[in-house]
Amino acid sequence: MSTEPHYTLYHPRWYRRRVSVWWWLQNRSYTAFVLRELTSVFVAFFAVVYLWQLRALAQGPEAYAQFLARLKTPRFLALDTVAFLFVLFHAITWFNLTPKAMVVRLRGKRVPDWVIVGLNYAAWLVLSGGVAFVLLRDR
Amino acid sequence: MMRRITPLLWLLFSAGGTVAALLFPVHLFLTGLAFPLGWLEAPNYEALHRLLTHPVTRLYLFVLISLPLFHWAHRFRYTLYDGLQLKHLTELIAVLCYGAALLGTAMTAYLLWTIR
Amino acid sequence: MPSTVALTVTRYRPEEESEPTFQTYEVPFRKDWVILDALNHVKDNLDGSLSFRWSCRMGVCGSCGMKVNGTPKLTCATFLSDYLPGPIRVEPLDYFPVVRDLVVDLTDFMRKLKQVKPWIIRNEEKPLSEGEYLQTPDQVDTYKQFSMCINCMLCYSACPIYGLEPSFIGPAAIALAQRYNMDSRDQGAAERLKILSEHDGIWQCTFVGECTKVCPKHVDPAGAIQQYKLTAATHWVKALLLPGGTR
Repeated sequence: MSTEPHYTLYHPRWYRRRVSVWWWLQNRSYTAFVLRELTSVFVAFFAVVYLWQLRALAQGPEAYAQFLARLKTPRFLALDTVAFLFVLFHAITWFNLTPKAMVVRLRGKRVPDWVIVGLNYAAWLVLSGGVAFVLLRDR
Repeated sequence: MMRRITPLLWLLFSAGGTVAALLFPVHLFLTGLAFPLGWLEAPNYEALHRLLTHPVTRLYLFVLISLPLFHWAHRFRYTLYDGLQLKHLTELIAVLCYGAALLGTAMTAYLLWTIR
Repeated sequence: MPSTVALTVTRYRPEEESEPTFQTYEVPFRKDWVILDALNHVKDNLDGSLSFRWSCRMGVCGSCGMKVNGTPKLTCATFLSDYLPGPIRVEPLDYFPVVRDLVVDLTDFMRKLKQVKPWIIRNEEKPLSEGEYLQTPDQVDTYKQFSMCINCMLCYSACPIYGLEPSFIGPAAIALAQRYNMDSRDQGAAERLKILSEHDGIWQCTFVGECTKVCPKHVDPAGAIQQYKLTAATHWVKALLLPGGTR
């Protein structure tokens, strides 16, 4: 079976539109997708902040005090607020998409999506509570 | 070479994304907002060092920092490739992204190994 | 209810022009008409030169895929009444070369579909005397959703990765590969893995999810791709840890 097109007398010039570099602004789904992908930048930002905190802890109490003072500046507070919102967006989209990638079958039947999503949110609550407990109990 | 380890990079991306989704909101909320704004009392220097004496804490922090960096590296690399259509720079972008993640991981490992 | 509605349709006559243009037709509005009815009205009564594909007009053949107001849809399943007051923009599917007016060339997909070997692969065929392959309803359930694909190509038209990277194997091809991988009668998963785990296979996908959104048969190709990524990654790890033979 030939997959080559058969050209007729009027040679068909097929038209191909070039995809614009602004393709992601063309509809809401695409824009939401790119925003979702950009959450990774804020994830990296916070990982670096935590690495910086670790370094400050290693360098001694003065360095750590300096680190804490830096986090109180308005610029960092603003950045952290934005980062927090993006990280929340990441978490919510991640949990909602997990059942698509992980199909669990119990006794031959597929576990419904809402169960997987629910389990994710439950784990989120439990782990967040655990972290808060560890960080807040020993002052 | 990158093509042969793509499944590994995707696994790191997934693991990092899960760690970031489950743990970053609470950590970011506390360290970035609640503590600096005084809503909750931050643990002091000695308290954190006490926590760091446990090897479990060090392992936790390694996972907390390193995996999300790989998550970022993989996702950001594809965002640049698709979003800005930087196809001609694809190898350079990959090296910079995964290289940065490796560097962050190495620094984290070094600090967690040597902190007293 | 208005008595007519305007349809703005892409026209592309390669023998006359080098770029597509738009032409507007005023078609009667009937509340039970779909876009395809309106296009057929144009062709029968207003402009016989308009070219478009259609066949079953009931959403099972996959021929009439076009963009309606920017979204890929089956025109036989898209009602005029949902787009009032109009004008309604009808364009050919994105990311495929336009042959004429609303007709696109699908050769690329046909080639990719063949590449994933969408048929039952057996190491050894069962002889007829041994009877049929038996499958429980649960076994059918594992792949049934992916078997609903009608090859309408709306998913390719919605996938920005396919637009940016035409060598990407694409949602429908991967979903159909999964349909066979998950079929209990099939033994060809390893063969398909070789093709799908290449650079232009599943790893190009960044889970935009538009393909699943536009699929008229609820195949969920995005889900198929993510599931397959996990399978392929698990297989890679197993191959790494147990070199020399994984089945």
